[in-house]
Amino acid sequence: MSDTTIPRPATSMRHSIGRMGPLLALLLLFVLGAVSSDTFLTVENILNVLTRSSIIGIIAIGATFVITARGLDLSVGAMAALVAGLSIMAMNALSASVSPVLALLLGMGAALLIGAAGGLVNGALTVYARIEAFIVTLGTMGMMRSLVTWMSDGGSISLDFALRDVGRPLYYGTVLGIPVPVLVFAVLALLGEIVMTRLRFGRHVTAIGSNPDVSRYSAIPVDRVRLATYLLQGVCVALATLIYVPRLGAVTPSTGILWELEAIAAVIIGGTALAGGHGRVWGTVVGVLILGLVANILNLTAFFSPHLNGLFQGAIIVIAVLLQRKRAAA
Amino acid sequence: MQQNQQSDALRLDGVAHSYGPNQVLTGIDLHVAPGEVVALAGENGAGKSTLMRIIGGYLAPGAGRVTWQGTPVPADLHRAEAQGIKLVHQEFALLPDMTVAENIHLGCEPLRFGLIDRARMRRDSAAALALLNARIDPDTPMARLPVASWQIVELAKAFHARPRLLLMDEPTAVLGRDETAALFARIRSFTATGGAVIFTSHRLDEVREIANRVTVLRDGRITLDRPTAEVSEHDIASAMVGREMSDLFAPRIAPAASAPILKVEGLTVRREIGAPVQDAGFSLHPGEVLGIAGLVGSGRTEMMEALAGLRPATARRFTLRGQDRPLPRSREAWRLGIAYLTEDRKARGLLLDKSLVVNADLTLGALRGAAVIDAKGERARYLAAQARFDIRAASAETAAGKLSGGNQQKLLLAKTLAPEPDIVILDEPTRGVDIGAKAQIYHLIAELAAAGKAVAVISSELPELIGLAHRILVMDRGRVAGVLTQPENGHLTEGEILRLGLGLANQELSA
Repeated sequence: MSDTTIPRPATSMRHSIGRMGPLLALLLLFVLGAVSSDTFLTVENILNVLTRSSIIGIIAIGATFVITARGLDLSVGAMAALVAGLSIMAMNALSASVSPVLALLLGMGAALLIGAAGGLVNGALTVYARIEAFIVTLGTMGMMRSLVTWMSDGGSISLDFALRDVGRPLYYGTVLGIPVPVLVFAVLALLGEIVMTRLRFGRHVTAIGSNPDVSRYSAIPVDRVRLATYLLQGVCVALATLIYVPRLGAVTPSTGILWELEAIAAVIIGGTALAGGHGRVWGTVVGVLILGLVANILNLTAFFSPHLNGLFQGAIIVIAVLLQRKRAAA
Repeated sequence: MQQNQQSDALRLDGVAHSYGPNQVLTGIDLHVAPGEVVALAGENGAGKSTLMRIIGGYLAPGAGRVTWQGTPVPADLHRAEAQGIKLVHQEFALLPDMTVAENIHLGCEPLRFGLIDRARMRRDSAAALALLNARIDPDTPMARLPVASWQIVELAKAFHARPRLLLMDEPTAVLGRDETAALFARIRSFTATGGAVIFTSHRLDEVREIANRVTVLRDGRITLDRPTAEVSEHDIASAMVGREMSDLFAPRIAPAASAPILKVEGLTVRREIGAPVQDAGFSLHPGEVLGIAGLVGSGRTEMMEALAGLRPATARRFTLRGQDRPLPRSREAWRLGIAYLTEDRKARGLLLDKSLVVNADLTLGALRGAAVIDAKGERARYLAAQARFDIRAASAETAAGKLSGGNQQKLLLAKTLAPEPDIVILDEPTRGVDIGAKAQIYHLIAELAAAGKAVAVISSELPELIGLAHRILVMDRGRVAGVLTQPENGHLTEGEILRLGLGLANQELSA
């Protein structure tokens, strides 16, 4: 990229600090954790934080694309519960006729299809019926949540015990010492970063978020791209569900509650503009880890009650947006 | 002209200003008397807007004195307005969700028993709009109005505030002929009662028509300040660019006789505002420049956007390269070699927060780019376009919004022409562009035609169409009023085009 005669502008110190802000905050938290607790800097604890963050993290990667294209998806938490509930029911039903492994695999395939379908419904209502994304996904959130409550009859939908043992490695297993959820999260984050920065699709997502009219006048297939971001979000939710189901083996009406806010918070903390037009997948990963570390440090140390987790996370979101705005004004 | 200190309403003595190390104004002395209309001319970046902002109280001058009726102008917008100085921005300060009447009275709502007197607001607004000869319902929400009407509402609002000194930045840039004529009539009645006006404009014919005095800025200094009657357009242009203007237009080359590349009959486009485009038809030949004249709102943009697939429309017959086919949809139109350059480069043309490279490659990439972005290739393509279109920017990574109007327009041209279309539709290609960039764009258009492309140019500036086009199509209230062919070795006159029915008042024709 630098084999040209055009001088590149010297990136100002302040600018790069602004860009790197989330990363600096993460490092700061890391140091804080290491200083305040003996157990913080153990491999076990770090892997634990990463594993716990991976579910929200995978959802937040999808949310980065939706938000960058000036969309919003509030239904991800409810969708996760619905996908989990339906796939558990499918797995249980299938296990009567096929082997547990096959039942699990077919159920996972079903989960991906259901997630994709959910994303398409959100996308089609937003893009083609031209209803505000906030309203559409608020509506589908309520509908999906209600379906889960109805399906579980207010109780829980549980995976058969025979299937649980087969599925356990998906959450508790490791590859070369790295937990499977962390591995999946890392691979998806890497893919997401490549899609956002190196693929035409990511460029179009960014362009649409920056100005949908300009994009339309520039021959970008605006509707198709926006639809695709919701589809991508649905698939990400399904992938997160695949990890979630083996962890607890059951779904209740309260599964996934407030996940949408955690995912959106991670995206915003990571430096993606809520108004669209500027998205960073690596930033989202950092945002997820910041939220995870705050919870972890509060659990490990006795300075504050772990019940104050929400207070700290909320403050971080507000500060992140304040810093973002300063950067935009500079 | 006005040497008597007592009679000067506005005095600027040695005003200078700089943004950081960038000196934008130097030693500005300017005296404006009541009843005067001063035209401020100059290329983009000459310092016009900064000067207007200083006089309007938006900006404190770095040095020098600005006095209004003997007292210093406060560097405070509201206090300046209280003293009768009103600045009308190029960017609109109107609220899209409020009605026209609410916008005109924003911050000065008439009260009756402590409640807003809506009836009076509506009445006063209708009167203010009528003075500008505008047929706009005061109860219409702003969002439903086209850009020209926004400008008219902004102007009605400004006059309604009863200023004594009115500053207008490019008030006519988006106005059609009769709207401009109405504005000028309003300015004349305003100055007849002792009001003073300073306005900027890129249109030298307008400067001559309305201004008593022309003040030209170049690189932050005044290079000409004389009564309009004593100077020619040529003098003004020379003072602006600091050199003799070579011919603005390239010589027209007659296209070789050939079958039309595009032909449309019975084109109908529904519109939310104004008369629909009805039963429109024309043909476009390779190697020709077809000028499209008409008032803002006459349907010229809608007609061409329909051909570019950007609006739903129907046509009795659409023929492309000899083949009948349905009207294309947007991406299809691009693939068929039809390119459309929008009249609204900020809202529809460029991603202002993205780099020049990203903008230049946006359309080409969307049409023919691989799934993986070729970063080296797009940078190379941008650098080639930068040289071809003479885009002046600090770096290829600069945000497009940071460029001057002229350079933004060149970038937009580069983006639009990147897919190498055969049919090029340019909507107001020189809007808000300085005279140097204008000449470059005119030559570029001539080059496109000479290379065998079919070019259609929509413009509100008749001299531009007369200088560029082989044929001129005139739109009037949604219909094609006629098509005029320019003589082989001469030009049509503005009167001949106007006579075809630009809906103009007759007195202007005879004037």
